[in-house]
Amino acid sequence: MLKPTDTRNPDHYHRVVDCQWGCPAHTNVPEYIRLIANGQYTESYLLNRKSNIFPGILGRTCDRPCEPVCRRVRLDGEPVAICRLKRVASDLRDDITGFLPAIPEERNGKRIACIGAGCASLTVANDLLPLGYEVTIFEKLAKPGGLMWTNIPEFRLPAKVLWEEIDYILDMGVDLRLNSPIDSLAALLEEDYDAFFIGSGAPKGKELNLPGRWDSEQIHIGIEWLESVRFGHIDKCGDRVLVIGVGNTAMDCCRTAQRLGASDVKVMARKTKPHFKASPWELEDAIEEQVEILENHSPSRFIIEDGKVVAMEFDLVTWHPGENGRLRAEKLGSKIIECDEVILAIGQDTAFPWIERDIGIDFNKWDMPIVDKTTFMTSRPGVFMGGDAAWGPENIIWGVEHGHQAAISIHAWCEGRPLTDRPPEGMNLISQKMGLHEWSYSNDYDEAERVKMRHVDLQERFKRLDIEVEEGFDIEQTLTEVERCLNCDMQTHFEANLCIECDACIDICPLDCLTITHNGTEEEVTRRLTAPLLNYPDQPLFVSEALPQTGRIMFKDEDLCIHCGLCAERCPTAAWDMRKSDLLVPYAGLAAGELHAGMSIMDLALNGGTAGGELAGAGAGAEPTGAGTG
Amino acid sequence: MSYIKKPRVHHPGLTRNRLGLTRRDYEGTMSTLCAGCGHDSITAAIIEAFWELEIAPHEVAKTSGIGCSGKTPTYFLKEAHGFNGVHGRMPSITTGAHAANRELVCIGVSGDGDSLSIGMGQFAHVVRRNVDMLYIIENNGVYGLTKGQFSASADVGSTAKRGQVNREHPIDSVLLSLNLGAGFVARSFSGDKEQLVPIIKAGLRHRGFALIDVISPCVTFNDHRGSTKSYQYTRDNYNQLVYADFVPPAEEIATSIEAGNMRSVQMHDGSRIAFRKVPEDYDPTDRDQVYSYIRGRQRAGEVATGLLYVEPAPRDATDAVDFHGIQGTVDEPLSHYPFEDLCPGAEALEKLQKRFQ
Repeated sequence: MLKPTDTRNPDHYHRVVDCQWGCPAHTNVPEYIRLIANGQYTESYLLNRKSNIFPGILGRTCDRPCEPVCRRVRLDGEPVAICRLKRVASDLRDDITGFLPAIPEERNGKRIACIGAGCASLTVANDLLPLGYEVTIFEKLAKPGGLMWTNIPEFRLPAKVLWEEIDYILDMGVDLRLNSPIDSLAALLEEDYDAFFIGSGAPKGKELNLPGRWDSEQIHIGIEWLESVRFGHIDKCGDRVLVIGVGNTAMDCCRTAQRLGASDVKVMARKTKPHFKASPWELEDAIEEQVEILENHSPSRFIIEDGKVVAMEFDLVTWHPGENGRLRAEKLGSKIIECDEVILAIGQDTAFPWIERDIGIDFNKWDMPIVDKTTFMTSRPGVFMGGDAAWGPENIIWGVEHGHQAAISIHAWCEGRPLTDRPPEGMNLISQKMGLHEWSYSNDYDEAERVKMRHVDLQERFKRLDIEVEEGFDIEQTLTEVERCLNCDMQTHFEANLCIECDACIDICPLDCLTITHNGTEEEVTRRLTAPLLNYPDQPLFVSEALPQTGRIMFKDEDLCIHCGLCAERCPTAAWDMRKSDLLVPYAGLAAGELHAGMSIMDLALNGGTAGGELAGAGAGAEPTGAGTG
Repeated sequence: MSYIKKPRVHHPGLTRNRLGLTRRDYEGTMSTLCAGCGHDSITAAIIEAFWELEIAPHEVAKTSGIGCSGKTPTYFLKEAHGFNGVHGRMPSITTGAHAANRELVCIGVSGDGDSLSIGMGQFAHVVRRNVDMLYIIENNGVYGLTKGQFSASADVGSTAKRGQVNREHPIDSVLLSLNLGAGFVARSFSGDKEQLVPIIKAGLRHRGFALIDVISPCVTFNDHRGSTKSYQYTRDNYNQLVYADFVPPAEEIATSIEAGNMRSVQMHDGSRIAFRKVPEDYDPTDRDQVYSYIRGRQRAGEVATGLLYVEPAPRDATDAVDFHGIQGTVDEPLSHYPFEDLCPGAEALEKLQKRFQ
């Protein structure tokens, strides 16, 4: 017999909001899109900032884990342009400095040292400064930002956007030490800090040790090369450039080369397109700029003449399924391709030559430090780690989430509380009924296709390195795209005891999500559904309590629900209701849904602090778990 | 923001019938009846039945009279021919339509008010004329559109929403049509599509007049304690007397059914109705027995449902005495004849009139 679903557990409705569930930082996507639709750009920006800290940066550069899982993909094949809508909120916002949390005059006397001024450390600082901590960040380069600064070219991320969002955090009172590489962690540990956070990234580009590799100055490591371009040390490149590798760094390298004067840029891939590591949209943008991508070319040697690389030789390969599901290459021939410059973009690694191996930080067999996935603490108490440094290259949004979690741990550590007692998430669930057939949100299904981002003219964009290619959405595009959002947080909430089994909801549901049937084993029940399950168990199911008149159950497959609210409109007894589920996420010093002291009314409204909501929490509920010094 | 149309987007697994149509293609416009109205469930069952039978919507004539039931043909088969007639006059309109074109699949939707009060005379005569149609009575025991007065099908002792007790005897459309000679008589419940859909299919395939009286609770005026047409009362007193499966001509009857408990009745077009779990003392082809059996169940306070009576097809299909057979109408639909044949002109008229002088 299927058990009734516990909708009071925040996870159930959270899973229904695919984008928010897919986002490592659990950004409240539907709510921020509605705020944009309403012209409330500042509010939308602030709601974003609460979870992802860098809306302007991420609105241009995020790897968008939210978009492939978007419900629209399962309905019309194209996700809502979640990421680029975030940029709209950032572009059109007013000054938000007044809405940032106040920093207490009186500090709490705790000092935190962060290594590396990238997204993870900056998030730790963002979360801890309002609680009264003193945060020092050591950065080896002359500028903060980590890979956000050194590796993302300005034609994708304008400097103004980057510095503005980094400055919000620095201006909270970070003690930033630039040009300060840490050569010895042991030495730093000697200093007077209460906790340490390592957010040093994965700064070492992978090598390609083939014959000729060390015989020419024109062979570069991708991330180092991008960094040199960023700092102005490199401002031109050869005419014919080969980029080895086909990840996102390769895409940035080939497009940068185009802007530094290269006229013939080829990206060399060992495998075929389905195996490319680059995000589809970054591939598209490179192809639009006439970068050539060659598949099944496996590099075998560099050809050097007079100390200059003049060509590369490749094995031409085809791939066969091999053992353990891995592909096996078969060489079909070889090919020499002429070039003036080679850029290696085949991945990056962490590098910890500066962490002594005898100071209590354990490393695994791949020479990676062992970090607890929940607490983010290393095996040395008081030393925390996050971002790319912890488990290798990910993207910014993961670094941010690591920062949030590490901050929660550091706060608990400094207060002497156990790190494994993580503050639970909470949920507000509030009816959206405004009238007989009226809901608080735009509930009709809009058949519009995904809006295409407009790009600066091809000729124009190559004139300078810092011309942002994407123009952003204009108002009309924005208004079209926001309507594509299905408001998946507007939950179809069911109260079994009110149901009279009239079938109205079953008959009206456009996607055949609902079934009333006798309870039984999962196999029995799912065989009797109005429409077959297509994405189970990825997508959640809802099973009601026994219905009063016949003892049958209401069953819902959440997979394709478009949240149109027709089930609730056609329900005579309000057994179905559309309720907004507002996931309440805890942060350092803040229980789920709690605000920093002195936060604005605007932010209060954004935090779902609406009276009358049904507050449900996992386990102990949304009880504050820390005193909170803010 | 309010009262959106049912979005066209649908489940990707939606199957198509042999005409290439999905169930969604058999829908009409959005219902404007009260939320939870039984009529909407009947509409959904009609959609399902037409889709399963693979009947092309343009080959269907849907007709209705006045009342909540009169609105419902708008909500299914938007590409079918339709006529929303005067109160109680749906039978005449359908008779006319079918007289002119016997190839039309005719479905008339009426209510207990439309059929058993103002349209009682029309109802009686369409039954005895044996017009080839499916006649659905959406039976809720009240006049819903005029705020819930008792209708002619309200049971003695049942109460209105404000507590008045009905003391007038009900007219039972099932017993009435059995008396009038109907060859296909069923009662079902809007809340039981598993039963309703096969009966609608069989009714559409029956040559001659087919009646389905469907208990269809009025959520607004007759779904309270004291009502005998509420969801709760119907479920509490539900007696599914016989289970009827509709078996199209080419298909085998599922063998899993216990032979002793099953009867198969042949229909005109070669399809069969497989009756299951029939009580031992019940023969769904014996009009007199069915009549008294149902009376007995009613006295016991039960709502007896199922395909209660069906007249077996005569061995020779030409013996069928439906409306066309009785009237001796032409085989071809009138629309197939050239205009000159249908309207031979003033001279022909004069000639005809002379015969009566």
